[in-house]
Amino acid sequence: MDANKTARLKRRATNWALNIALFIAMAIICLPGLWIVLNSLRPTVEIMAKPPVWIPNQLSFDAYRDMFSGIGQGGIPVLQYFRNSMIIAVTSTVISLAIGMSGGYAFARYRFRFKGGWFLGLMLTRAVPGIALSLPLFFLYARVGLIDTHAGMILAYTALNVPFTIWLIDGFFRQVPKDLAEAAQIDGCTRWQAFWQVEFPLARPGIASAGIFAFLTSWNEFALASQLTRSTSSKTLPVGLLDYTAEFTIDWRGMCALAVVMIIPALLLTYAVQKHLVSGLTSGAIKG
Amino acid sequence: MATLSLSRLDKNYGSFHAVKGIDLDVADGEFVALVGPSGCGKSTTLRMIAGLEDITSGDIRIGDRVVNDLPPRDRNISMVFQSYALYPHMTVGENMGFTLKIAGRGKAEIAEAVAKAARVLEIEALLDRRPAQLSGGQRQRVAMGRAIVRDPDVFLFDEPLSNLDAKLRGQMRTEIKELHARLESTIVYVTHDQVEAMTLADRIVIMKDGRIEQVGSPDEVFNRPATQFVAGFIGSPPMNMADARVVGGNLRLSDEAELPLPPGVAAQDGQNVVLGLRPDDIYPQGHGIHTEGGDAVEPRDLTVKLSEPLGNETLLFVDFGGKGWTARMLNPRIVKRGEVLGFHMDLSRAHLFDAETGRSLRTE
Repeated sequence: MDANKTARLKRRATNWALNIALFIAMAIICLPGLWIVLNSLRPTVEIMAKPPVWIPNQLSFDAYRDMFSGIGQGGIPVLQYFRNSMIIAVTSTVISLAIGMSGGYAFARYRFRFKGGWFLGLMLTRAVPGIALSLPLFFLYARVGLIDTHAGMILAYTALNVPFTIWLIDGFFRQVPKDLAEAAQIDGCTRWQAFWQVEFPLARPGIASAGIFAFLTSWNEFALASQLTRSTSSKTLPVGLLDYTAEFTIDWRGMCALAVVMIIPALLLTYAVQKHLVSGLTSGAIKG
Repeated sequence: MATLSLSRLDKNYGSFHAVKGIDLDVADGEFVALVGPSGCGKSTTLRMIAGLEDITSGDIRIGDRVVNDLPPRDRNISMVFQSYALYPHMTVGENMGFTLKIAGRGKAEIAEAVAKAARVLEIEALLDRRPAQLSGGQRQRVAMGRAIVRDPDVFLFDEPLSNLDAKLRGQMRTEIKELHARLESTIVYVTHDQVEAMTLADRIVIMKDGRIEQVGSPDEVFNRPATQFVAGFIGSPPMNMADARVVGGNLRLSDEAELPLPPGVAAQDGQNVVLGLRPDDIYPQGHGIHTEGGDAVEPRDLTVKLSEPLGNETLLFVDFGGKGWTARMLNPRIVKRGEVLGFHMDLSRAHLFDAETGRSLRTE
């Protein structure tokens, strides 16, 4: 066999092996999601069966119907939880982005004293696990009356998200050549106009990424929310999952159904924002 | 268009003194090139004129206005950046019309101004494209178009051709020159390429370590360099320089090599000097640029160490007085390594600099 043919076959075999490896990896990643959707549609007996039943015998939407059928009839205040989650996640995301954009821009563009120290300090706050903060936060919030309020949760999540959004947005602003803002200023822009007209549109992929991250963190967070919320008026969807646990039983099907309800908005948001995540938007700005 | 005047302009970055009290007057419609090695302060000076850097002290006047503290947008200047700095999310037309859009002009007026500038630069076909879809030369044209549309008092160019290949650079150089002739605009052009400065500018400002070494026409800085630095910086290949001492009316380069003192210089006996002679002024007999056989031509037989044939001329490398010299041979023939040729050194065109201060010792 000549060397060219061997090389061609080897390349083809490598491609196949890579595709199979990717398929397996994707299957492992997607399987829990698929399992949750499947479990929300079948009876608890089948969910708990050993060995596991991979192909359901029958599918029903009972869990979803029960979820919305009101208190006392197997339902939970899902719409209220949804509303709480939405208010808390959206507000904390908007605030985190506003602070993240200002901070990220400042770190990317300005020189100031102790810049490295400030940045390191922000990053170190990420090293503290959220749950370790729950007890001090609980005492503090209890004192100032923020327990079981939207404002308290928004504040906590904003504090959690800001370091990461600053870090992420800083990186994207660094990729936008400084010359562009200067060219805009020479073209007649104020610094503020140069930011909105030129730098912001080019850093949009980073801002969108930071937005998704901040929203998902707030949307999915459980540990802090379970400590700092009490009533229906402030509990978020992840905390709402606990409504399906009783002293001796856990309604796995209902829990999975609520999990699906939680996943859908997050998926829709990611899908809506992903078009802004196009990289390489700055290509052509400068030499090359 | 307007005049531009820099007066005792200073710039400090902490303890680093980047620009040291420079004075410069640029006439209305004049093309001035700031040239010098990296770190000489030329780009900082340009950025201070643009308002992109604060000045530490001194004055900048555009026309009859002092603009020291005005933001860039209020100085009515345009700048072409080394990186082009085109807005990648806008089309070519939007890039060019951006300045008018920000100024709140009407769509029709913007379209007309953009079309006019595009016609001048022959980029009408590119107006709907994005910068990423353009070649380097096209981007350069668009950057110039954006500057033209603003109709500024002063154009500033910051090494605009340094990202282009040699062929395109030559072509764009010609276009910039034509553009200047057509627009009769006041231009300050920063470059580290002395060929660009020589070919484009009415006057050249040579800078070193934050100071102006010399201001003059291309002819002046080439033929009458005020300092050793200017002499070495302008001209390609660079001027040959050799340390020497004035002894009994001669220049002693080494124990074995002496040359007569060039005419028209004021040097004292015992003074340490630097002799400068351009490659054009050392040539094999019968192959020189200038009229041969003057009084100050010194013949020397020298051995060729290396030759670089360039087609229309050949550069020859020889040793003399313990130092390597570059000679230029016009109407060349093939010269072999080790060949001994009779060279003429035209001392009437030689330069002499004080070894300590670097100032020229020529009196005429």
